[in-house]
Amino acid sequence: MEWQGSAEEHSMAANNTVGDVLRANGVSRRGFMKFCAATASMMALPPGMVSTVAAAIENARRPSVLWLPFQECTGCTESLTRSHTPTVEGLIFDAVSLDYHHTLQAAAGQRAEDALHKAMEENYGNYLLLVDGSIPTGDYEAYSCTNGHTHLSMLKEAAAGAAAIVTIGTCAAYGGIPKANPNPTEAVGVQDIIKDKPIINVPGCPPIPTVITGVLAHYLTFGTIPELDKFGRPMAFYGQNIHDRCYRRPFYDRGQFANSFDDEGAKKGYCLFKLGCKGPVTYNACATLKWNEGVSWPVQSGHGCLGCSEPDFWDKGSFYRPVSAAYWGDVKTIGITAAAGAAAALAAGALARGKQKKAQEEQA
Amino acid sequence: MNEGLYLQGMSLLDFARGPALRWAVAIFVIGVVWRLGALLLYKRQDLSRPRGATFAGGAKTLLTRSAPPHELEKDIKFQHYSGYAWHISMFIVLLFGTPHMLFFKGILGFGWPTLPTVYITVLSVLTTAILLVLLARRVMNPVLRKISTTDDYISWFMAFLPFLTGLMAYMHVTFGMRYETVLALHILSICLLLVWFPFGKLMHAVMIWPSRYKVGAAFARRGVRA
Repeated sequence: MEWQGSAEEHSMAANNTVGDVLRANGVSRRGFMKFCAATASMMALPPGMVSTVAAAIENARRPSVLWLPFQECTGCTESLTRSHTPTVEGLIFDAVSLDYHHTLQAAAGQRAEDALHKAMEENYGNYLLLVDGSIPTGDYEAYSCTNGHTHLSMLKEAAAGAAAIVTIGTCAAYGGIPKANPNPTEAVGVQDIIKDKPIINVPGCPPIPTVITGVLAHYLTFGTIPELDKFGRPMAFYGQNIHDRCYRRPFYDRGQFANSFDDEGAKKGYCLFKLGCKGPVTYNACATLKWNEGVSWPVQSGHGCLGCSEPDFWDKGSFYRPVSAAYWGDVKTIGITAAAGAAAALAAGALARGKQKKAQEEQA
Repeated sequence: MNEGLYLQGMSLLDFARGPALRWAVAIFVIGVVWRLGALLLYKRQDLSRPRGATFAGGAKTLLTRSAPPHELEKDIKFQHYSGYAWHISMFIVLLFGTPHMLFFKGILGFGWPTLPTVYITVLSVLTTAILLVLLARRVMNPVLRKISTTDDYISWFMAFLPFLTGLMAYMHVTFGMRYETVLALHILSICLLLVWFPFGKLMHAVMIWPSRYKVGAAFARRGVRA
């Protein structure tokens, strides 16, 4: 996947179309059209657009892609690369000219730096910048560095020449787990730093591989960024909430719930709302696209949704507290407020008694 | 006390579930204890000789005032029974809707069986409809209009808003808002109700039985047969 050949080889590879790469990898026309139909369907395009998508992807020159991993756990890269069998989606990803990804590439130190700068110079203004991981800022900028450069400075430098930025995962999109309270490194997402470039957020912890490649496929097809929601996420994948698309929804409506992770309801696959599922307030494509080529997804495996594609999902209370159960306070606070009420009552009572006594005395 | 909810990056829903609700609950508790306490302390000494059994009189009135008085039954039947209908319906929705039960479970520490969503939806629609009819009646009937105060309208609104926002959230009639925003509005409407509760006519939920008893007991003491 990494590319570290000579400039000549690089130029040849960059001139290959995506179609060339797919054919070289043994993808049949039928398999490719199936992928295009699925992609067009995911992007809510009319069936007539399938051939357009196919033509655009097939003839697209391999766009230069730089992937900068910052303060992250590598889960997003794992998500994309650890599928058991090579998929068309995976090959589409391979087809892009991934010029820099310091986790995946063999080169290190100065050679990696050179590859990055070379790709940036050659494709200035045209490359796609993929980022995973949050960016520490302020006094903590130096807490996350590559080869002596802080990630904040790397992001600013790489973003300057990017055509668009795709943030892979919740950390890059919104700060994610590193930003969770008390945010020890003052971590932020890309959109908090870069304001003058189109940014497509592909959050998730990690995001679904199909969604990552789907967004790339959209960019290859149209050369534009897809329609985004208010959190900068592509509507095609993040337009509907998990609860509305969940196959366990009928059980919610019937009032059939799992009350614990090993009760009869859990065994029967009933709704996980009572166990804290955040499906009703989470927007992602898990319920429809699923994971590992449609094998399963968190709710199907018996655990409620954590809401990982939402900003600050780590700071929204317990994963196991139902959405409707609030944070109403505690017994101590209620005791104090009740005491305050009693004090007010005593004062009001004393005042009223005083008035009453005075009136009775006046009458007498 | 935050239990993992933090102000940084707080959404409207987090605000509603957290700080807004905490403040509303605090105001509610202070207000209810204050009003109840003040009433208990404000006891006028009655030096006259009792002309009837006060306890029996109070207990009797608890029952008799729960049905429309025979002489007025024809005129107030609709108002009386529609009042019962929406109150009962409201309590079923409040206590037996699963998300609502889970809300109380978070406070009380124990839960109870709940009803399927379809029943809750039907009863919510019923309650909302009756509330609208009763408001229309209040506005259109000259006598009712005359005796209605601002408190009546505010209290009606405070009771209506949770049903409106609850139905909007469940039925996804959101007027372009996202589901979680409507859910937040639903919880905020409850916060508003809790804040208003001790200071307006909603307090009848706490006062109704003691006040009926007290009126009955006072009448019995004076020998009034009502």
